[in-house]
Amino acid sequence: MADVQLSEVTKRFGDVCAVQDLSLDIADGELMVLLGPTGAGKTTTLRTVAGLERPDAGRVTIDGRDVTAEPPAVRDVAFVFQQYSLYPHLTVYDNLAFPLRSPARRLPEEEVRRSVQRVAGLLHIESKLQNRATRLSGGEMQRVAIGRALVRAPAIYLMDEPLSSLDAKLRAELRLELKRIQSELGATILYVTHDQIEAMTMATRIGILAEGRLVQVGTPREVYERPANTYVAAHLGTPGINLIPAALLPAPAAPAGTHTIGARTEQLRIGHALNGSAQGVLKRVEHLGDQNHLHLNVGGHSLVTLADPHASWKAGDVLSVELIDPTYFDAAGRRIAA
Amino acid sequence: MAEIRVDKLRKQFGEFTAVRQSSFTIEHGAFFVMLGPSGCGKTTTLRMIAGLELPSDGRILLDGEDVTFLRASHRDIAFVFQMFALYPHLSVFRNIAYPLRSQGVPRAEVRERVQETARLLRIEHLLKRGVSGLSGGDRQRVALGRAIVRRPKAFLMDEPLGALDAEFRRLMCGELRQLHDRIGATTIYVTHDQLEAMAMADRIAVMNHGVVEQVAAPQEIYDRPASMFVADFIGSPPMSFLRFEGAVRPGERTVRVNGALLDVPQQREEAAGPLALGLRPEHVRLADDSALRGRVFGAEYLGTTQIVTVNTPHGQIKARIPSSHAVGIGDNVGLALRAERLVLFDAGSGRALRSALYDGELNG
Repeated sequence: MADVQLSEVTKRFGDVCAVQDLSLDIADGELMVLLGPTGAGKTTTLRTVAGLERPDAGRVTIDGRDVTAEPPAVRDVAFVFQQYSLYPHLTVYDNLAFPLRSPARRLPEEEVRRSVQRVAGLLHIESKLQNRATRLSGGEMQRVAIGRALVRAPAIYLMDEPLSSLDAKLRAELRLELKRIQSELGATILYVTHDQIEAMTMATRIGILAEGRLVQVGTPREVYERPANTYVAAHLGTPGINLIPAALLPAPAAPAGTHTIGARTEQLRIGHALNGSAQGVLKRVEHLGDQNHLHLNVGGHSLVTLADPHASWKAGDVLSVELIDPTYFDAAGRRIAA
Repeated sequence: MAEIRVDKLRKQFGEFTAVRQSSFTIEHGAFFVMLGPSGCGKTTTLRMIAGLELPSDGRILLDGEDVTFLRASHRDIAFVFQMFALYPHLSVFRNIAYPLRSQGVPRAEVRERVQETARLLRIEHLLKRGVSGLSGGDRQRVALGRAIVRRPKAFLMDEPLGALDAEFRRLMCGELRQLHDRIGATTIYVTHDQLEAMAMADRIAVMNHGVVEQVAAPQEIYDRPASMFVADFIGSPPMSFLRFEGAVRPGERTVRVNGALLDVPQQREEAAGPLALGLRPEHVRLADDSALRGRVFGAEYLGTTQIVTVNTPHGQIKARIPSSHAVGIGDNVGLALRAERLVLFDAGSGRALRSALYDGELNG
């Protein structure tokens, strides 16, 4: 394992600047998640570390060694793609052993067997080792694909949306498994996703990308509680943060220059309006089982907040709405400290 | 507006039974969701209601009229397929007008109904535009408009939002439901996404292996699942199960789970053998003084809350607790359960055992 550094990396495709002046340090043993919508530059960044793209400017170093000009094969990285690409004619065992048997490595077969067994144990696929790769369920195939990266001990694992082709339940399971394996191995992983729940639940730190630029890097708690700007705030949390004009609700503690106020569920106090304190109307109660989403109208603005499903809210209720230690943003959308 | 009744519907494809003995009623103006994993028979059921598939057995009644063997085109139902099927060379107006023109509706009436549809969908300002330049959301609205303009008795929708990314799907969900509230037409919506079903439906039919396991309102299905399948399919994360060999008798308020005595809702029936205790993540709390203990396997930060996975000697339990509560992997923790919300299942058949929790149940 090793630390990996990107310094002022820029990558253009024709007129499109896919990644712009991006600097990022990934520490040894860290699971760094790059989060962003399609086209934000996260896959290009990952491919640049892998050596599948050559940056137009900037450097990539692995353990202090400049690898910018090196081809992928000598960089000591392992890549897991979104779509599992297994050898259909081989068994699970041989698929897992494949990277270790490459002519460049030539490991003794005994050592190959030990590595394959260890990884199969980690991924709970020991009983499937003799199966043909094509005789597996989707979830098992993706485990084998991840396993094929894990049999090696590269400087860094690069994973491009490895769970996105799985159904919700399996994704939730593998999320937890992958995090456990990563901490057991002490592996360094650069992980790309557009799923904020994956980012929040798995990451040591999250890097949030927008239009090729890194907007903020921090632990899940840091980016959730102290977003750099409204873009980051809006991309984390379910339901999404409410972004409202500063004057909509009383905010006596708002610092000078406050233009927008961000309020999540825990930053809003909702109550039945008492004489004259009405501030909003409950438009709709959305039942999600464990919680309800309350859709409110406050002065023409829509707000969404969570509520206990067994609380007696109903559409048409007139409500008092109070801000509790909300998040403040200036006219440019940047967060200002309270 | 229409009431749709499905009576002992069955569909056989050769040896394979896709749908067995399904019966349910969809009331006038309801938003009804058929939910289940792929291969559960939900799409086949929908296609039989549409008239695109003939049942092997059973009946379909539309407003009391038996339409089981009536041709699709005579059923006055609009089937909304994958939504992006628009004519790229035609304007929004012409795309929406198309079904009416092909029926030979007079020009003036076409104009009026397209206008009315556009108003409902809030796309009046787009009528003259070509569809190729529209955003994804507007294209969806136009596709919907083509179904609405016919003023059918019912809308049938088969995973219409399946191809969209999560954020946009959420937005369209809300919009579809609001549109339904404005039009009020009976809608049957098929999906495998339980969150979509929970967010949109008046009532949900949960299907598994061709069988309707439960038909009820979303909160009802969540709080009082009829079976382990339903309990496991609904909720993210789903219900956790503690499996054990044991026995319960009517009137009992406790159950012995592998040696641990746990409080449960007062039981209404007798059962013995392999049982399972089902608990939802939000009904589990960390409590130092609890005798039910386990080791933290993982903690997933979600912002407001976190999901903590705890391995206990009786099985794995997931708890949803405030993220302000610090939890470390490997910690030994005690767990307190909200007794009045727990569900006991016959683990052999998967059926939920009746208890005080199910009193006054609203089923259909």
